[in-house]
Amino acid sequence: MEHIPAPAIDFISLAPALILSVFGMLVLLMDLFAGKNKNLLVFASLVGLVLAGVSAFAPKALPVVSFGGSYVVDHLSVFFTLIFVFSSALTILLSIEYNPRNGIRAGEYYALILFCTVGMILLASATDLIMIFLGIEVVSICLYVLAGIKRGDVKSNEAALKYFLLGAFATGFLVYGMTLLYGATGTTKLAGIAEVIHSGQTNSDTLLLLGTVLLIIGFGFKVASVPFHMWAPDVYEGAPSPVTAFMAVGPKAAALVAFYRVFATAIPEIGTTWDTLLMVVAVATMVIGNFGAIVQTNIKRLLAYSSISHVGYLLIAIIARNSLGGSAIAYYMMAYAFMIFGTFGIVILLGEKNSENLEIKNYAGLGVKQPAIALCMTVFMLSLGGMPPFAGFIAKFYIFGAAIKEGYVVLVVIAVLNSVVSLYYYLKIVVLMYMKDSERELELSMGPITLAVVAIAVFGTIEMGLFPDPILQLTQ
Amino acid sequence: MFLTFLTFLPLIGAMGLALIPKEKEETIKQVAVAVAAADFLLSLQLYAGFDMTTHLMQFEYNIAWIPAFGTNYHVGIDGISLLLYIMTTFLTLICIIASWNVKKRIKEYMIAMLALSTGMLGVFIALDMFLFYVFWEFQLVPMYLLIGIWGGPRRIYAAIKFFLYTAVGSLLMLVAIIWMYFEVQQQTGILTTDLMYITENLNIGLDAQKWLFLAFFLAFAIKVPMFPFHTWLPDAHVEAPTAGSVILAGVLLKMGTYGFLRFNLPLFPFASNVFMDYIAWMAIIGIVYGALVAMVQEDLKKLVAYSSVSHLGFVMLGIFAFNHYGLQGALLQNINHGISTSALFLLVGMIYDRRHTRLIKEFGGLAKILPIYTICFMIITLSSIGLPGTNGFVGEFLVLLGIFQANGTMAMVATSGVIFAACYMLWMFQRVMFLKLDNPENEKLEDMNSRELLTMVPLIILVFWIGFYPKPFMKTFEPTVAHLMTRVSPDNFRPKKHDDSNEHHAAAVDKHEKGSSHSEKPKAENHH
Repeated sequence: MEHIPAPAIDFISLAPALILSVFGMLVLLMDLFAGKNKNLLVFASLVGLVLAGVSAFAPKALPVVSFGGSYVVDHLSVFFTLIFVFSSALTILLSIEYNPRNGIRAGEYYALILFCTVGMILLASATDLIMIFLGIEVVSICLYVLAGIKRGDVKSNEAALKYFLLGAFATGFLVYGMTLLYGATGTTKLAGIAEVIHSGQTNSDTLLLLGTVLLIIGFGFKVASVPFHMWAPDVYEGAPSPVTAFMAVGPKAAALVAFYRVFATAIPEIGTTWDTLLMVVAVATMVIGNFGAIVQTNIKRLLAYSSISHVGYLLIAIIARNSLGGSAIAYYMMAYAFMIFGTFGIVILLGEKNSENLEIKNYAGLGVKQPAIALCMTVFMLSLGGMPPFAGFIAKFYIFGAAIKEGYVVLVVIAVLNSVVSLYYYLKIVVLMYMKDSERELELSMGPITLAVVAIAVFGTIEMGLFPDPILQLTQ
Repeated sequence: MFLTFLTFLPLIGAMGLALIPKEKEETIKQVAVAVAAADFLLSLQLYAGFDMTTHLMQFEYNIAWIPAFGTNYHVGIDGISLLLYIMTTFLTLICIIASWNVKKRIKEYMIAMLALSTGMLGVFIALDMFLFYVFWEFQLVPMYLLIGIWGGPRRIYAAIKFFLYTAVGSLLMLVAIIWMYFEVQQQTGILTTDLMYITENLNIGLDAQKWLFLAFFLAFAIKVPMFPFHTWLPDAHVEAPTAGSVILAGVLLKMGTYGFLRFNLPLFPFASNVFMDYIAWMAIIGIVYGALVAMVQEDLKKLVAYSSVSHLGFVMLGIFAFNHYGLQGALLQNINHGISTSALFLLVGMIYDRRHTRLIKEFGGLAKILPIYTICFMIITLSSIGLPGTNGFVGEFLVLLGIFQANGTMAMVATSGVIFAACYMLWMFQRVMFLKLDNPENEKLEDMNSRELLTMVPLIILVFWIGFYPKPFMKTFEPTVAHLMTRVSPDNFRPKKHDDSNEHHAAAVDKHEKGSSHSEKPKAENHH
């Protein structure tokens, strides 16, 4: 009788996910005894994240394959692990002052962020459809709860409900797409699917195509690309600000890297069948995201639409389906993490005791009253608009480079024209801060930790723009 | 390193200013002037140490910046950029002195001014396309703030328009840069954005050249601005504070013409020749249109702004005449326009400070009240018209000579621009300075004070210096012009025989590419 061999597992390469799982449970347990003081939970979570980040560098030789090829730790996944750990840590730092002020007392908040990070790490390393599904579910379920964690707030509840219902639908599409892909190729491994397609032994090309389309829909929901973006502005607006920043960076990056892996490594060979569709989606995402952002009066909704438009640029890297594209997504998301956490840090700083003070017109006169903060905000806005010498420019250069290398010049031209549109609304905030006088007195809640996050973000945004080489090397 | 130091000195000064408390306005102004003056005086060293017998880059500095992209921090200066560079440090100094009376947020103002200076200087020295793009976009931000914060009533509209117009053009240029970046990698295996390397080693087919040319053309044509891309300029000029207008006219517009000389012509010589006639005609339309529109303006600043459109048309015409005289004239007219138009904006700013209006009909008979001001205004007006003995004459004459050699019809139409210029400038001068002094508000005006004279006298000296003895200026760009001619001269691209099929064109390009790169190598060796 033959034994079924146990799949090889490299625990060292799994360390980040394992450490975070352990710390997540630890935080849950500690919450029972911590009482009202959550500082211990914060501390434990941060220690867990730091350990996870450090352990990401533990594997000696990359790539390391575990679970019979379902889980691969390579340069890309290590880099994304760093993005996830980093963005989760910043989320927690932003929450320290924000949560008590806004009546969020749940201790599981921190555990959920840690578990969500585990899900994201799984997604970045997943090379099997099942593993991708697992990662997406872990991430999504944590996010549903996090979006609604401000229990007394109607908008937060609405955000959670909306996110949950639409997210559940999207997962349905995703799973259906995966089953069709499995039906067409007889395997769930990404490399296996690529092999079957290459050898021309697919069971049915129709199933393959249908599966691809459904996958685009499913991933489209998760990354908030048009026309599956409708949830994003409401959820971004309703969720607590640190969670919004978190959603805009970590989970989005995770979904994108899985998106990239499926489309650029499993089915690149039938790329000509899906790249037109994805191009339409990318262009629509950029256009609707940017033009939608122009008319917003609420800063969080504006950032939601801007975040949609950024997904449009990122989809271009997937369409390029070369290794440059993967590295470009990695760099872009790291740069985006700095910019978004900095911006949300300032949004939180402007919040007052019982109101979040989210109207854009309240930014008027900030340049006179708080020159340093206004300067930071200007840096973030220009960087988001892709202006040199900031991180956003290098990131866009990278993405456009990946696409032009494969000959998608027209797509890039559309993208740069969209960048101009986006500059309009980013500059609108600069205009308000420097060129208009304030209509009302603002009482800023200058939390030192939030200020520190903004400072880190500014440093990162400028550093990744002026001296991007160290991080570029990491992505390649 | 010296060039790098000069370029970043203003930015370092700006950072220093940020540390001074904003209440100490006098200190802030003094520090700003000191930094700008030091930068200008040191930049004169460049002229002293400049070898005027070669077209090669000088004061070069080249180190790796982003090895992962193959991007270098590569700077250097040659005949095209030397005078523009010195003019930038010079006008920055003048502008800071001219801004002594700015009341609002003087600290931020000076910081923006100095940061702007670094951005502009960087544009003129960058020899890596990536680096060039970074500087090119970087200088937008301080200029945008200068217009938007310290400008007139419609300043926000003007500032955003300025920013977005320039951004559209430059982003398409970015696409072209990336395309060439991969093309050169495919052809030579080297990943680089170095302009010098790409100029010499990249072979581009005619179709691709045309598209790339157009992408760069749009970026620079908006900046120049050429008709019909000029609509942002009157708004920006009218709303900008005086110093902003001076910098805009004196330096920012020159970045456009500089871009043509540094990028379009050397990189795409064949496409340049293909588009030569169209662009020359656009320039001529700009000359005539700018002049006619200037004639009917009621606002002094708007009049000067439209005269800029017309004058820059001459520069563009000189460049696209593609002969020796034309290029010389264009380069000199670049400088001339920087001097005359800057002076005009300063003069308009002075009268605006006193009367808070720029409408021509509000004035009249000022000559009796403000004799010194009138004399200065007269000299600058004549220089702008191009009277012999002033700088404008030398430049315009060379441009017209150049275009006459290339195409007689064009020369005829373009010359009418000179006549129109005399009309609108002299008519304006008459209405403001002569006639009856019938507005009582003008009777108590004070003449120029010593600070204002300090900004004006150096410009007037330059007007006559270039007018009577242009050689010290012109000899800086002689070898560069000669070298550029070997690259873009239409003779390279005219089919040798009667046949003018595409293949022959392509062959001519190939031959030319090889020929020029061969002829360059021995020269380079001699130099070292």
